[in-house]
Amino acid sequence: MSEETAYLISDFFTYLLNGVAQGSIYALIALGYTMVYGIIKLINFAHGEFYMIGAFIGYFLISSGLPLYIALPAAMIGSGLVAVSVERLVYRPIRYAGRIPALITALGTSLFFQYLGQGTIGADPKAFPTAFENTTYQVGDVFISKIQIVIFLVTMVLMTGLWYVVTHTKIGKAMRATSFNMNAAELMGINTNRIVSFTFFVGASLAGAAGVLVGMYYNTVEPMMGLIPGLKAFIAAVLGGIGIIPGAVLGGLTLGIAENMVVGFWISTYRDAVAFAILILILLVKPAGLLGTNRKEKV
Amino acid sequence: MKLLGILIALLLTAGCQDKKADSAAAQKSENEITIGAVFAMTGPIASYGQESVNGIKMALEEVNQTPINGKTLKVLVEDNKGEPVESANAVRKLIDINKVDLILGSVASSNTLASAPIAQAAKVPLLTPASTNEKVTMTGDFIFRTCFTDNFQGVVMAKFAFTTLTKRKAAIIVDNSSDYSKGLQKVFKEEFNRLGGAVIQDNFTYTQKDTDFRSLLTKVKRADPDVIFLPGYYSEVGLILKQARSMGMEMPILGGDGWDSPKLQELAGPQGIKGNYISSHFSPDDVDPRVQKFVKDYMARYNEKPGAMAALGYDAVLVIADALKRAGSADSASLQKALANTVGFEGVTGAITIDANRNAQKSAVVLETTATGNIFNQKVNP
Repeated sequence: MSEETAYLISDFFTYLLNGVAQGSIYALIALGYTMVYGIIKLINFAHGEFYMIGAFIGYFLISSGLPLYIALPAAMIGSGLVAVSVERLVYRPIRYAGRIPALITALGTSLFFQYLGQGTIGADPKAFPTAFENTTYQVGDVFISKIQIVIFLVTMVLMTGLWYVVTHTKIGKAMRATSFNMNAAELMGINTNRIVSFTFFVGASLAGAAGVLVGMYYNTVEPMMGLIPGLKAFIAAVLGGIGIIPGAVLGGLTLGIAENMVVGFWISTYRDAVAFAILILILLVKPAGLLGTNRKEKV
Repeated sequence: MKLLGILIALLLTAGCQDKKADSAAAQKSENEITIGAVFAMTGPIASYGQESVNGIKMALEEVNQTPINGKTLKVLVEDNKGEPVESANAVRKLIDINKVDLILGSVASSNTLASAPIAQAAKVPLLTPASTNEKVTMTGDFIFRTCFTDNFQGVVMAKFAFTTLTKRKAAIIVDNSSDYSKGLQKVFKEEFNRLGGAVIQDNFTYTQKDTDFRSLLTKVKRADPDVIFLPGYYSEVGLILKQARSMGMEMPILGGDGWDSPKLQELAGPQGIKGNYISSHFSPDDVDPRVQKFVKDYMARYNEKPGAMAALGYDAVLVIADALKRAGSADSASLQKALANTVGFEGVTGAITIDANRNAQKSAVVLETTATGNIFNQKVNP
């Protein structure tokens, strides 16, 4: 094997690794998008802000000296509660007003949180405190940092947990029923309002976890941080097939890996352009998304 | 109901008082020269704006101890939030409503570029203490700056990389969304090539607000440079430095005055910040007695070390005071002429001479970045 080929292979794995780390984050956020859409057909553009709120809760807790294993669950619960309140106060009153008013309301909520954050915390980026020593491991020519492994593990654990809740518990069954047909579910005695609240809670806690992980990975948090990842996660959800839980994961990883390959083998200026061109191509061939052949699995 | 009446009455009187205050501000006092200062007091580059205003206020107090031709200086601060549109609005307000004699501001070149045409059209002199982009003073003959330009800064860093660090193979990572960054890239590349060094041809670019640079840095690392030039702003630079070091890239990384903020130390972390160099306007470690007196006074007043922006703001006021003394009157034409004739004014950021293009010819400093702050390395004269 020539030196050139060896370089190419190790570079490929570096880009793949970076892509998986970034894709895991997209996937965690995309899950919330897809779950909420699955239940009430709302594209919740404020979802990126739940991620930002989670990041800030993590930032304040870790800054005050709490360890990660307390800060992470606290951030998840915190952004989950914010999401439940938003659903109760903002989305529920207009649930039957149609999809466009709901969409506009979601955009408004998103802007509200962005500017609330700028007004109260300030717009300048804050340095995220170090939660643990970030050792870097070298395998051949590929560098893996501890934080990348943590991101991957936390994502896997959370996704497995979600999968278990949705498929093996009573509330998961109720979620699936509500998603399938809300009126019928209600007639069967399911408290659908509670299920919607629960869905918002779970979706936002996953985003909150992603926020803390990103804060540690990139070492920075700011009130506008939810905008772009929120958009990318929405794309990831559509790419995988919106409303389908495994689709969100697949979509997130695909997008993350595609972006890093473009940066690595081509030029970062075209990162988003190429990543989105791939998205459009996939949607042209499979309009319902990668896993969107049938919608029985949706939640 | 009675309460409501009282409330309304109170509001009305408060309104009246406001009006009185406004008309007082609009009526120019005979014994005062008003300067409108447009800086980012909030927003992403707020630390730059706040520091500048600190320096300005301190200089103002010193200047006002001996009134110039019987007149004292007064500053009205407007917040532009670091945004071009807000800067333009602020300058229009200061000229139309407050009838200021002169505008001071802003920091970011994009902000000053947006507001300069308004000052030029109204023939009110505008002096920026810190905008380094070449285009700023090309707006017209009423636009001045008391800092060096990016052409000078890029040359300084190329020379430093080649001569002082004896590096021969440079990679340049550019913020594709910033004119400041692209301007510096061009100058650095030309000078480094002219000196005999090689610049890697690949395009290494990112955009503002990016957070993941690992794949980009993998590519840079593969090209194997012995020095990296990274002309960007501290928000992204901090992350790049941290990620580069965590990937085992130990070569020195060089930057410009966009790095010069205490935020950089926080964002890059102790590993990322070590062993890099920047060009800037001022160092509090400079042994020059004038600088040392300024640092001492500033620390007594604000309880922190002055950064480059504080020093630039301070110098800008002193340059204005100097011009006013020579102009004899505060009308805009004679003030413009006096500012243009500034020669060898000794400030804390170096000796300032305004050239034919209304740019300052002055020295730059090279600083080494460390976890505890930037350390003075050398002074470079034009």
